[in-house]
Amino acid sequence: MTIGLSHYLTVAAILFTLGIFGIFLNRKNVIVILMSVELMLLAVNLNLVAFSSFHVDLVGQIFAMIVLTVAAAEAAIGLAIVVVYFRNRGTIDVAEIDLLKG
Amino acid sequence: MLTALFFYLFAAICVGSGLMVVVAKNPVHAVLFLILTFFNAAGLFVLLGAEFLAMILVVVYVGAVMVLFLFVVMMLDVDFAELRAGFIKYLPIGATVGLLLLVELILIAGAWVTAPEIIAQVPTPPAADISNTEALGLILYTRYVYLFEGAGLILLVAMIGAIVLTLHHKRDVKRQNVGLQVTRTREQSVELVEVESGRGLS
Repeated sequence: MTIGLSHYLTVAAILFTLGIFGIFLNRKNVIVILMSVELMLLAVNLNLVAFSSFHVDLVGQIFAMIVLTVAAAEAAIGLAIVVVYFRNRGTIDVAEIDLLKG
Repeated sequence: MLTALFFYLFAAICVGSGLMVVVAKNPVHAVLFLILTFFNAAGLFVLLGAEFLAMILVVVYVGAVMVLFLFVVMMLDVDFAELRAGFIKYLPIGATVGLLLLVELILIAGAWVTAPEIIAQVPTPPAADISNTEALGLILYTRYVYLFEGAGLILLVAMIGAIVLTLHHKRDVKRQNVGLQVTRTREQSVELVEVESGRGLS
């Protein structure tokens, strides 16, 4: 019963799918959508680290660190936008974010 | 054997709490389940031999980003029950799309075979006699130093952007203006009055 690369890839695939599922289910709540995106980025990181470990190559871990950096920046900016939007409009319902009339 | 046991433990809790993130009624609970997911993913990283990334995940992700999420969820006075309307409506299509994608991904992942000659010629194998952190540092600060500095720049821009977006001055709150104070002259602030004795100022 050895744990191979496929086991880790399967866990990452399930996590990624859960992230997409979350975006479909909570399509009105910006905060839960952001959390689903974090879940998907975590799945990607798990893939990178698993490949890095099983191919005995450290570059995958370097790239996972860069992905973590970008994810942190994205979360900070996204939450700042949510706070400013809530201050101006009093709601964070995605369906009501239509000021640009797109 | 023990590795397999811990793998299944971490993976099961990871997937279970990931599902709870998506379906939790209360967003605060969703954030807490996301923290649990990250902790168990860090456990999986440790099993893979990436201790440094595991610690980064716990310290930076759980310690900073998830707490930021928690603050924002608690700060916004939103009726979250109202935002959950349509949850059931989108359940079938979400489940269909998710299941299709999951089956495809698992079909790919389950049949993954790495050619042995690729492993033999990787450019940066981890050195055998040093720790994971040291090995990462040895290539991060030499070969990937521009990538590293670029990451620092991204964080700086994100920090300035978040501050500029959320900083706002209230009209009715008086603030100190240091420049104005320093450039004040004697003529602007002192008035000399000749007062007649016994009359006072009217």
